[in-house]
Amino acid sequence: MSRTIAVVGASLAGLSTARALREQSYDGRIVVIGDEVHAPYDRPPLSKEFLAGTASLDDIALGAPDDEDLGLQWRLGTTAVGLDHLSRSVLLEDGSEIRADGVVLATGARARRLPGGDGLAGVHVLRSLDDAIALRDDLAAGGRLVVIGAGFIGAEVASTARKLGLDVTVVETQPVPLAGPLGADMGAVCAELHADHGTRLLTGTGVAGLVGTGRVEAVDLSDGTRLPADVVVVGIGATPNIEWLAHSGVALGNGVLTDAHGATNIPGVVAVGDCAAAWSATAERHVRIEHWTNALEQPATAVTTLLGAGEPAPTPVPYFWSDQYGARIQFAGSRREGDVARVVEGSCADRSFLVVYERDGRPVAVLGMNQPRLFTRWRRQLRAAVPTAP
Amino acid sequence: MIPVCPTTALPPGEATRVEADEPIAVFNVDGEFYAIDDTCTHQDASLADGWLDGCAVECPLHASCFDLRTGKVSGPPAKTPVRTHRVVVQDGLVYVQPGSPADGAA
Repeated sequence: MSRTIAVVGASLAGLSTARALREQSYDGRIVVIGDEVHAPYDRPPLSKEFLAGTASLDDIALGAPDDEDLGLQWRLGTTAVGLDHLSRSVLLEDGSEIRADGVVLATGARARRLPGGDGLAGVHVLRSLDDAIALRDDLAAGGRLVVIGAGFIGAEVASTARKLGLDVTVVETQPVPLAGPLGADMGAVCAELHADHGTRLLTGTGVAGLVGTGRVEAVDLSDGTRLPADVVVVGIGATPNIEWLAHSGVALGNGVLTDAHGATNIPGVVAVGDCAAAWSATAERHVRIEHWTNALEQPATAVTTLLGAGEPAPTPVPYFWSDQYGARIQFAGSRREGDVARVVEGSCADRSFLVVYERDGRPVAVLGMNQPRLFTRWRRQLRAAVPTAP
Repeated sequence: MIPVCPTTALPPGEATRVEADEPIAVFNVDGEFYAIDDTCTHQDASLADGWLDGCAVECPLHASCFDLRTGKVSGPPAKTPVRTHRVVVQDGLVYVQPGSPADGAA
């Protein structure tokens, strides 16, 4: 009897799962369910080239010609609303269900919204292709953009909007942007790119509310400042899409809880990508990673787990990048509070440097700005040095 | 033909970028020289900055792999091959001939 594996989620993690299934010799039926109507596309360009209008939808399509050979059954524009773990059936919003022998949860995350921000024209989040098209249309009119949140998405949108000629202000609640991923010192260095390129950065200030009727007119800050705005982008993080699993019996926390190799508490059900919080032996807790590279690499491990075929690949070293104002920022490894950042090449003032984070004298993470070659060498070195979970 | 550098300036395991109409990356793999388009076909990154592993180069940004001999993609996310270019070594100098594929390339 032919087997069926249902992949719930049709973005990078879902597509990578389907490819990994075939690579690992699974020859049964694969059904890929996606709530968006679009075929899989690459999200990182949505805040950069696609938003700037220099990359087309074709350019950012994830599908490759060889994917035809995967023999996938697509269910796009279809939202999964539940999982019956006894029959391993995925319930769809149209009332139908897909009975499967294995289920891969790859439903990703959605942009967090500002309370009270819904319903006002000109207020955007950026996560999906449709989000990007709507924002791009709004930015084309020019004017004043206020970006709420100075994380990577916020910074990249600010950078793209500056290039398009808008007047840009970025508002950040924290005293230093990117202090979480990069540490306060390096977060501050990266945040200087805003001023270098004529973007105003206001830190340590919360947002009190949005002003406008029908269309947004201004952003009120908690310190009493009113920032006039023609367009507002809210970039305050993402929430995993796991509510649909609430009654499924799948253990949930800040994401679908899995072991180090993608297994959930339900046999035959694995989770990958932005919706998954995998156990990290080094961090000694479940860690949900929202990075592109994780969505690309993690599925191979989860598929091995699902198929019960051999040793899963070692856990890769986390890696992410960000392109802002022409600067390429790359980070690999796992940084913790207390790690010591040391510049080993270049200088922060030149916006070209390599920083190594050390813990007990050992390198644990590396950050590069405009140092791709050296960064790659360090990243490789970390890959070799970091012990993998048994 | 575009002069690249003396052979001694490009030791095994190293790569260099040559400015042409489209920039070209030249690699030395154990004494054999290979040239391909420098810009990754996936997203904007210089393959000369990539990681050389045998006859494959891994893009420094997203780890797409290309075979230096054929230009073909040997690892995703790239979908489109890079062009190869013929390399000529003469009197201790490395040259590339942009637009004429390397011998044996597809």
